[in-house]
Amino acid sequence: MIEIKLLPVVGSFAENKDLARDIRIKKIIPALEKGQKVTLDFKGIDSATQSFIHALISDLIRNYGAEVLDKVYFKDCSETVRKIIQIVVDYMQEMD
Amino acid sequence: MKIHLPNSAFLGNIDSFLRRFDSSGPDKLEITANKKWISIHPAVLAMTAALGLAVGPKNIHCEKLEAASKHYLERMGLFKLLGIKSKIEITEHEPAGRFIPLTKITNSQELSRFIADTIPLLHLKPEQAAPIKYILSELVRNVLEHAHAKNGAIVAAQYYKKSNTIRIGIADTGVGIRETISQSHSATTDLEAIKLALTPGITGTTRRLGGTEQNAGAGLFFIKSIAKVNRDFFLIYSGNAVYKLLKSKPGKIRLYADPFKDRHSAGEDFPFWQGTVVGIDINLDETKEFSLLLDLIRDIYIKTIKERRKEKYRRPRFI
Repeated sequence: MIEIKLLPVVGSFAENKDLARDIRIKKIIPALEKGQKVTLDFKGIDSATQSFIHALISDLIRNYGAEVLDKVYFKDCSETVRKIIQIVVDYMQEMD
Repeated sequence: MKIHLPNSAFLGNIDSFLRRFDSSGPDKLEITANKKWISIHPAVLAMTAALGLAVGPKNIHCEKLEAASKHYLERMGLFKLLGIKSKIEITEHEPAGRFIPLTKITNSQELSRFIADTIPLLHLKPEQAAPIKYILSELVRNVLEHAHAKNGAIVAAQYYKKSNTIRIGIADTGVGIRETISQSHSATTDLEAIKLALTPGITGTTRRLGGTEQNAGAGLFFIKSIAKVNRDFFLIYSGNAVYKLLKSKPGKIRLYADPFKDRHSAGEDFPFWQGTVVGIDINLDETKEFSLLLDLIRDIYIKTIKERRKEKYRRPRFI
């Protein structure tokens, strides 16, 4: 299990899609490829854009299937962040 | 090109200002203004600045401004951004106000810095700041990713005490929505392209449902929805088309995936704007809890995607 603290990288308003992509490519995917589970720690993040969350996780669901959600956990999410994650997850699963 | 700053141009009455814009002669810009009073939406300022940056300071002719409110243009940083002298002095006694002066944003880092540093200038409560940050981030990122605009996005915002409203304007002189959307979808007119851009799940980057790893095709739909839930104006102008979401009447708010089902005005006979302009008003009296707004958006967003999937489903034909 690895834990990725997002606040120091993306700040309290998570909106930078380039950073989201970097985290996905450089940290999440290598961990999943090694068979590790991943915790994304949103502590201190007040809000996020749909674009940020989409860039962070949509490709994981597309490439690994919805089963990837058994291996990726979302920790300490604010209500807003939780709802945006839910929207992106629903959206990607409707696409399957 | 000629742009005339009138005594009043806000989203409700902006059409006459837009129709007066003269886009001929794209190498030069002439700025004129009402002699008595200038009271304009930040989108008008952003348009003026975007045009001025496109032609460069040597090719801008700005007539001597006489209006009593001319200092507003100085305060919003129009002349500073364009690199021209206004000879307008601002006295130190005037209140600082709550505004974000005209700002040029050309890359992702500048945008992140802009959001962190400038939103506090509006002195909003956290629950009021959330949708404003969201709108600015998504709109500017759209420009940075899709517009191919040499000067990036030009942004300005202002708080209006009388109406308790934040008004935001963003303009670019890039390729425009039709060219972007046409990379993956068929749009024969600018208005059709705007309609597609406002429809959830449609992005210029792919025809595929679900978008790409970087684009879901939801940004403008979310922003139109924020304006709708707040019962306020949202305007998008690109090419010769303008779509304007009108204020909603009292009663239950219903979101639509099809922007033409919303109460709106639209036209495709406006002077050609090379690029895209967006204006949005957020009335702070009507600001809903951002997370409640997300519930409404989620319902219609997912419903639309299901419907689009059904449309694409094909049964086998047994003959």
